[in-house]
Amino acid sequence: MFHAILFYFFSAVLLGAALGVIFSRNPVHAVMFLVLAFFQSAVLWLLAEAEFLAIVLVLVYVGAVMVLFLFVVMMLDINVERVTGGFAKYLPLGILVAGLMVTELALIIWGQGSGVDLSGGFVAMPEGYSNTEALGAVLYTEHVYAFEIAAVILLLAIVAAITLTMRKRPGLKQQDVAKQVAVRAEDRVRIVKMDAERGEGES
Amino acid sequence: MIGLQHYLTVSAILFALAIVGIFINRRNLILLLMCIELMLLAVNFNFIAFSRYLGDETGQVFVFFILTVAAAEAAIGLAILVVLFRNRRSINVQELDTMKG
Repeated sequence: MFHAILFYFFSAVLLGAALGVIFSRNPVHAVMFLVLAFFQSAVLWLLAEAEFLAIVLVLVYVGAVMVLFLFVVMMLDINVERVTGGFAKYLPLGILVAGLMVTELALIIWGQGSGVDLSGGFVAMPEGYSNTEALGAVLYTEHVYAFEIAAVILLLAIVAAITLTMRKRPGLKQQDVAKQVAVRAEDRVRIVKMDAERGEGES
Repeated sequence: MIGLQHYLTVSAILFALAIVGIFINRRNLILLLMCIELMLLAVNFNFIAFSRYLGDETGQVFVFFILTVAAAEAAIGLAILVVLFRNRRSINVQELDTMKG
């Protein structure tokens, strides 16, 4: 019973935060609501006994990705009035599509005609079960290739983000070590052969 | 008893809210990226709920990979956004029509 109360409370806050994300005029408020939504999801995952992913969600998403979002939102000088136009124009269509989707999904999830029984609770875990340990046991054995591909994808993201945002300023003076090392004396010093001139007072 | 159906319902509503967000915020590129993050979160809810329902950890491994790819996607998307803003002084999606014939 207490579990159910917690679930409904955190779900309500999660959906409220999602509403806040999509209806915020100010992008900074939207990011803050998104952080709240991720926190509520982490708590809901904890309730479902997926502890490792709940912690990862808070650490990776709230700690890194959302900070990145906030950084970009604050760095760009966005004209809020200009980008938030056409709000009411597309709202009816959006609500129609979303209502249709929720109705269909609810019919599938709660309807009895699908042939698959979805009404059961979660499998009870045995005493002393560790979610992190079980996850690690499959992650590093069965899915080890996918794990390494994930590492490469992260490396790719680093390289792509840096090369995209790096810019060369035209007037910037900087050292080019290779050019400095490869320089030869002929390039810098010009030796001119000429006759010695006789001075005024000499004879 | 809170079970699979409740989690799936929350996930479905979250996904639909993200779709509404994409419809009504179709001018602001940052909010579009945030709505995509919300959608991925809804998908992760489904994976975790089914993983716990079936007692199989593979679903949670999938969530792990989705989180990885989503983080990479957010980083590259935001980098593109920064470059775009630097060149056009705007992140309005409807002004990005340079390649229109």
